Amino acid sequence: MLIKSLTRGEAGENQVTPEDVYLNRRRFLQGLGAGTALAATGSQAGLLDFLSPSAPQTPATGAAPRAPLRYQAGKLESGLILTPEEKATNHNNYYEFGTDKTDPARNSQGLKTEPWTLRVEGEVAKPGTVDIGELIGSAALEERIYRMRCVEAWSMVIPWVGLELGKFLKRFEPTSKARYVAFETLYDPEQMPGQRSSFVGGGIDYPYVEGLRMDEAMHPLTLLSLGIYGQTLPPQNGAPVRLVVPWKYGFKGIKSIVSIRLLEKMPPTSWNLLAPQEYGFYANVNPEVDHPRWSQASERFIGPGGLLDVKRQPTLAFNGYGEQVASLYAGMNLRKFF
Amino acid sequence: MSTTSQPAPPRQYRKPLVRVLQVAVHLGALLPLVWLFYAIPRGALGGDPVKELIHFLGLGALRLLLLTLLVSPLARGLGFGQLIRLRRPLGLWCFAWACLHFATWLSLDLAFAWGLIGDELVKRTYILLGFSAWLILAVLALTSFPALVRRLGRRWKTLHSLIYPALLLVCVHFWWSLKSGWIEPAIYLSLALGLLWFRRRLLPWPRKLPATSKP
Ligand code: HEM
Repeated sequence: MLIKSLTRGEAGENQVTPEDVYLNRRRFLQGLGAGTALAATGSQAGLLDFLSPSAPQTPATGAAPRAPLRYQAGKLESGLILTPEEKATNHNNYYEFGTDKTDPARNSQGLKTEPWTLRVEGEVAKPGTVDIGELIGSAALEERIYRMRCVEAWSMVIPWVGLELGKFLKRFEPTSKARYVAFETLYDPEQMPGQRSSFVGGGIDYPYVEGLRMDEAMHPLTLLSLGIYGQTLPPQNGAPVRLVVPWKYGFKGIKSIVSIRLLEKMPPTSWNLLAPQEYGFYANVNPEVDHPRWSQASERFIGPGGLLDVKRQPTLAFNGYGEQVASLYAGMNLRKFF
Repeated sequence: MSTTSQPAPPRQYRKPLVRVLQVAVHLGALLPLVWLFYAIPRGALGGDPVKELIHFLGLGALRLLLLTLLVSPLARGLGFGQLIRLRRPLGLWCFAWACLHFATWLSLDLAFAWGLIGDELVKRTYILLGFSAWLILAVLALTSFPALVRRLGRRWKTLHSLIYPALLLVCVHFWWSLKSGWIEPAIYLSLALGLLWFRRRLLPWPRKLPATSKP
């Protein structure tokens, strides 16, 4: 892929170089009209193998419009390969739109994401609401290319665009009592079929809720994401605003957030409520603690190849971000607090 | 269909009708597999089709299993004995879909990592249940050749009663495999129990003594 070949070999983890060639080239490409969600990977279709993925069009409802973003480009850690955009946007877990991986892309295109307000309240000196459209226009956005590890033992590498959650939260002046952060997804059964019917929604008690410890929320790797692949988020990936915590399983990355509350006590989290023996509050990626029904020691990487190009790789502790985050959990028994 | 009042089609049409139905069974089981070759490259199973493919094939195998078990109550209910000739193709197709389901897991999901595969087969009870069901289906498929059926005689019938535990194993495998939700597997389990109910008198489970059975 183009993006990959432009950045391959550049070392350094999550370093950000302003206005480098990579960014300019990418903007240039977008300017040429390659900015539609699918065209950027069109060159892939050249492989004649019928099992190779040509761009799957989002079905009939018509894809929700996405806007290009201005941001500081991120770097691809050497050795990593980006997951193609059409895979990252057509293989989603977003049970509000159905439990099959294809359901979210199919059923979410009508989600109304403008206007969208995000409430920040609880243990903060200055509670308030933020208009996401304004935030996109005003915040200094940056790109972070992270490994994404789903609890179902598959993984991707995704270029997120957003801002550090910690920097965002500081605007609201967290009080000294704030020890946890609780997040909540939009609750709108009219728009979200999974919230109307437990059959569609997999039996989760909606709205979807997630939580972090304050130090996890303030960690510089934790991202409040507003986009992927250089553009605003498509609904199936959590438009217009979602959480990204790269050292935790994907389900911690709550989507379409409407509320953030800072709390003294640990908040409930959706998957933990549904199956406490399978999903903990922490959900740190840990190859040594299996899910009761499958091993977490390795993962299937979803990369640019076709169906037969299977890449199974060892899972890394903290999804490879141990150097930055392991100290947060010093002295904790991670088998117990999984 | 449990009543016998339903008339079978007139005698002269029965044979051709069974032929047509046989062709329909073959096409019905084959065409979805052909469709995959068209659909997967076009993204119908999503950006990463592996899990969806496993689900598609597993669910297809279960449906074929239910259809296989529907044949004899239907034949009896309709008084249309020749329908029984649909049973073997349905059963073999069920096995074929189950093999593809298994093979997809082995190859595309676990990438033939045999150590991991061995571990998963014994550690994960739901996988063990699916695998047991698959072993049963394999034995039944291998002993379904007409020559063997004749050779085995009475024992064939006993052997092929294993289909009932296989059906229940698959239903539990399905239920257990889900991350959340229970409605869909519950529907399949009720269908399975319904099919077993038709056979309650034929099955070798403990029955009341003849004194209480109707003449
Ligand atoms: C040979 C051993 C088998 C293995 C290793 C196996 C493996 C699996 C796996 C990995 C899943 C998906 C779990 C997930 O979503 O994480 C699954 C689901 C399923 N399997 Fe199997 N399976 C086996 C045998 C069978 C057989 C023989 C049948 C039916 C005749 C069957 C029917 C199903 C069904 C209906 C599902 C659920 C599909 C859905 O969620 O829509 N499996 N199996």
